[in-house]
Amino acid sequence: MRASAGQVAWGIGLRGTRAWILSPPFFLITLLFPLIFLAAFSGALSPLYHLNGFTYPEGYTAFVYGFVIVQAAAFGGIFTGYSTARDFEIGFAPRLFLATRKRAPIIAGYMVVAVIRSLIAVAVLTVVALLGGMRTNVGLAQVAGLAALVVLVAASASLWACGIAMRFRATASGPFMYTPILVVLFLTPVYVPAALLPGWLGSVVKVNPMSYVVEASRSLLAGGNQSVGKGFLLCAALLVAVAVWAVLGVRAAERGRW
Amino acid sequence: MSAVAVPTPGALPRRRPARLAQFRDLAMRAIRSTARGGDALILPIVFPLIILAINVKALHAILGVPGFPTKNVTSFAIALTFLQGALFSGIACASRMAADIESGFIKRIALAPVSMLTVLDARLAGVALAGAVEAVFFIAAARVGGAHVAAGVGGVIALIALSILFNMAFAGVGILLAVRTRSGEAVQSLFPIFFVFVMLSSALMPLSLIDVTWFRDVAEANPATYMLDAVRSLFIGDGDLGELALGAGVAAAVLLLTSALSLKGMRRMVVTP
Repeated sequence: MRASAGQVAWGIGLRGTRAWILSPPFFLITLLFPLIFLAAFSGALSPLYHLNGFTYPEGYTAFVYGFVIVQAAAFGGIFTGYSTARDFEIGFAPRLFLATRKRAPIIAGYMVVAVIRSLIAVAVLTVVALLGGMRTNVGLAQVAGLAALVVLVAASASLWACGIAMRFRATASGPFMYTPILVVLFLTPVYVPAALLPGWLGSVVKVNPMSYVVEASRSLLAGGNQSVGKGFLLCAALLVAVAVWAVLGVRAAERGRW
Repeated sequence: MSAVAVPTPGALPRRRPARLAQFRDLAMRAIRSTARGGDALILPIVFPLIILAINVKALHAILGVPGFPTKNVTSFAIALTFLQGALFSGIACASRMAADIESGFIKRIALAPVSMLTVLDARLAGVALAGAVEAVFFIAAARVGGAHVAAGVGGVIALIALSILFNMAFAGVGILLAVRTRSGEAVQSLFPIFFVFVMLSSALMPLSLIDVTWFRDVAEANPATYMLDAVRSLFIGDGDLGELALGAGVAAAVLLLTSALSLKGMRRMVVTP
C-alpha cells in the first residue's frame, strides 16, 4: 500500500523537524543566526538613524528587524537544503525515491521543515526584539501578513536549496545554496532606506524583487501597506520559479546527473 | 627441536617515510582540492568582493557620522573583506576535512605511519595558500576603490601574512568542529554563525563611534575586532605595530588552541569506532 502525497509530505516534514529539534547544534544555530544579525546591525549602525533623510517612524531596531526576518526565513530554507543534501550522503534520499512514486510530495516535505524552522526562528526573534525595546505599530492583519511573508520566503529558499542539494547531492554544496541568496539579500536596502543609497547600488536595489519583500516587511511593521502587494506578488512569482528549479533538480537526482 | 624465533610485529623493521615527504604529499592533495573546488577558491574571493562593492555604496552614509576616521569607505570596509575571505576558505577547508572523516580517509591514513599532526598541517597548508591568493585580489580591489596600503611593500607583505593567518585560524575552528561532530552538515551550518560572529565587532562601525554600550562591550571582547583593526591599521593608519601584533596574536592563539584540540580529537577518533 502506497502512502498518499499528503502523508509523504507530512512524514518527511515531521522527520526533518524532529531531527532538527533533537539536534541542539542545528536547532540553536537556526535561532541564533537572526538574533545575532539583529543585534549586530541595530547595535553597530544605530548612528545611521540620525542621518538626514532617514525616515522610518519605528526606530532603527525595527528597521533592521524588517530585513532580518526576511533573512531568517531565507536561512530556514537554506538550512533545510543542508539536510536534504545530507539525506543523499547517508543514502536516505534514494530510498525515499523508491518508497514513493510521486516526487512533488518529497519536495513539499522538505518545504514543510523549512517553514516550521523559519516560523519558530522568527517567533523567537520577535520576542527577543520586543523585550529589547523594539517599537512597532502592528495589528492582527499586519502580524498575519508578516507570517505569510515569512512562509513564502522560507518556502522559496528551501526550494532553491533543495534544487542545489538534488543536483550536487553533497553537503559541500552549501556555499552554492547560501551565497546567491546572501548576495540578493544584501542588494536590498539593508542598512539605510533605498532613497539614501547612492550610485549603482541605488539602481540595483530598485530592480531587485527582494527589495520589495524587505520593504513590505518594514511597511507592515510600521502599520502601513506600502509595497505590501508588490512584495507578496513578487514572492509568489519567485516561489513558482524556484519550484520548477526544484522539480528539475529531483529529475537530475534520479538520473544521477547535474 | 630448537625453537624458532618469531619476530614480533613491533620488532619488524618499519620504514617511516620522512615527515616532510608525507607533509608534501598530503599538502599537495589539499592544495589540489582547493584549486579544483569553486567553494574553496572562487567563493572566498568573489563573494567578499561582491559584499565589499555593496558595502562601499550601502555604507556611504557612514561618512556623515561625526568622527568617522576616513574619507574613503573602501579603506574602512576592506578589513571585513579579508575576514569574510578567511571565513569562506576556512569553512571550505573544514568541509573537506569533514568529508575525509565521513569517508573514512582519516582512519585509513591512520593505519599508515603518518602522524595526525602532518595530516592537520597539510590541510592547513591548502587554506594558507588560498589566503595568500585572496589577499592579492583584495589588495588590488582596495586599490581600485581608492584605498592605499601604508608602508608600501612591507604593508602588502603584512596583509598577505595576516590573510594567511586568518584563513588558518578560521579553518582551525572549522576543523575542530568537523572532528568533534564528524558531520559536513554541521560544518556548513557553522557558516552563518561565523558570519554573524564577525559582524558582532567593529566590522561596520569603529569601536569609538558605537553608541550602544552593550554592543561596544561585545565588540571589544570579540577577537574579530582585533583582526579587523590589524588590517585597517594598514589602510587607514600607518601600520601601527601594536595593532598588527594584536590582530596576528589573536589569530595565532585561535589557531594554536583549535589545532591542539583537533589533534587530540583526531587521535581519539582513530582508536574509537
